[in-house]
Amino acid sequence: MNTIDHEDFEAVIGLEVHAQLLTQSKAFAPVAAQYGQAPNTQISPLCLGYPGTLPLVNENLIRYIIKMGLATNCSIAPKSIFARKNYFYPDLPKGYQISQFETPICEGGHIDIEVEGYSKCIGITRIHMEEDAGKSIHDQDPYNTLVDLNRAGTPLIEIVSEPDLRTPQEAYAYLSKIKQIVQYLEVCDGNMEEGSLRCDANVSVRLRGSEKFGTRTELKNMNSFRNVEKAIDFEIYRQIELIEAGGEVVQQTRLWDTSKMETRIMRSKEEAHDYRYFPEPDLPPIIVTNDLLDEIKEELPELAHIRQQRFIEQYQLSLVDAITLTENRYLADFFEELVLKSDQVKASVNLVLSDVLRVLNEQSIAIHNFPLSVTRLAELLNLRASDKVSSTAQQTIFNAMLEQDSSAQELAETLNLLQVSDSNYMDGLVKQVIDANPDEAARYKEGKKQLMGFFVGQVMKASKGKANPKMANELVRKYLD
Amino acid sequence: MSVSKEEVQYVAGLAKLHLSEEEISILSRDMNAILGYMELLNNLDTSDVEPLEHVIELSKTYRADKAHEPLTHEKALKNAPDADSDYFRVPKVIE
Repeated sequence: MNTIDHEDFEAVIGLEVHAQLLTQSKAFAPVAAQYGQAPNTQISPLCLGYPGTLPLVNENLIRYIIKMGLATNCSIAPKSIFARKNYFYPDLPKGYQISQFETPICEGGHIDIEVEGYSKCIGITRIHMEEDAGKSIHDQDPYNTLVDLNRAGTPLIEIVSEPDLRTPQEAYAYLSKIKQIVQYLEVCDGNMEEGSLRCDANVSVRLRGSEKFGTRTELKNMNSFRNVEKAIDFEIYRQIELIEAGGEVVQQTRLWDTSKMETRIMRSKEEAHDYRYFPEPDLPPIIVTNDLLDEIKEELPELAHIRQQRFIEQYQLSLVDAITLTENRYLADFFEELVLKSDQVKASVNLVLSDVLRVLNEQSIAIHNFPLSVTRLAELLNLRASDKVSSTAQQTIFNAMLEQDSSAQELAETLNLLQVSDSNYMDGLVKQVIDANPDEAARYKEGKKQLMGFFVGQVMKASKGKANPKMANELVRKYLD
Repeated sequence: MSVSKEEVQYVAGLAKLHLSEEEISILSRDMNAILGYMELLNNLDTSDVEPLEHVIELSKTYRADKAHEPLTHEKALKNAPDADSDYFRVPKVIE
């Protein structure tokens, strides 16, 4: 009785993205919150939930979330409050998480995403502030759970989308856009693998054309962009097949299992927590004045889509190149610094888009870990621009620079790649080549100008690749034209 | 408004409390008495009153984003009922 086809269904997807803020200190306690420190070394009495401790809001928690709200077209509440979300878990010593519930500071925004040739506006329901819990380790000790509270109290923002996404690809594009925005704003490093960006997905399916939402499931534990896409894809088909087989989707939380490439149940609706939210009595309301709002608006950086447009106008880049160069803020910064230091737009574009991106891919590193400084690369471009090395030699030197710390000039010398532009030497060489090839010389003079390539090639060969080809070209013309 | 024994049991569960039948009876009686007294407030017309989240009017209650010295590792773990050299140790939590 399989009368309903997969094509008859559409998915409805909403994402909840948590971003860990790049503040110096925790949300409510004045201690550092750096990633990768020795366990339980970044703790204050507040992080331990000791009696008598009181939270005090980190100023940058407020500023960063307002930045995010403005960049995603949200309205910023002039007054909002913190709330307590109550639950027991060993990594939360206070017994509650400080969060926001009824009055998030940012509401009603939207962003545009680009998906395989079309663009779409995705609503942002809300963005609110909260603190992170500590880390529980279940697999190191056979009899106990181990707890590290370094992360407890780290500031997070949660960005909740409207259920406007329809495909796993749209979800991927939306998440990429969120990552790009937090990176441009420098409020979060956007690293999903390290957990500074986390994503849960609400997924349901319904018959195309239906207004009513189907029963949704919530997906967790997707720790990379690709996993988000794969998990949603898996879940959509699981739900469709369930319905086609006459079953019903049950509201539940499901975990993505990367090794099995499937989602499995974590808890049902009945087991869902009852958080008993109530206004946090230890923190006064957050008042956002117009002055503060104006100040933060002034601080907003140039965002990707605006920078992209500027790159097209200022550097005469193609749309594709501008998109690639502005996709990551730090790559765009790197490129602009190179242009500034080398004073060469075209060569900088080519170097970054081909060689730099290739190395980043090969070594799987981010631009801030790129082994060559902009200064060293600018020197290389200048060497090429002043015709001291050929374009092939530039490539060789670039590769050599990745291996050793010498400057481009030094490498050009030690690798014997400096072009010879000495006019006596070049003059003799060209004369020698013409004398050695009288037939070709005669044909050239009769009008077979294509032979220029042959002569320049012979000069390069005789000089073992070191002759300046431009000069060779000019000299051949001088003797034969 | 009245609180059933089931509700007392439920709230006790959320608070991780184990109560005897007798305690549940006593508590539901007490809670009903407290809530009944509070119901007196419903006699007041509060339709023109803004909700009050916090009793003291405070503004500029932020601190600068600076990290101070944390507790030493030894101090941090000192009051833990159980710990190893690095971590707090708690009974195995099974998800």
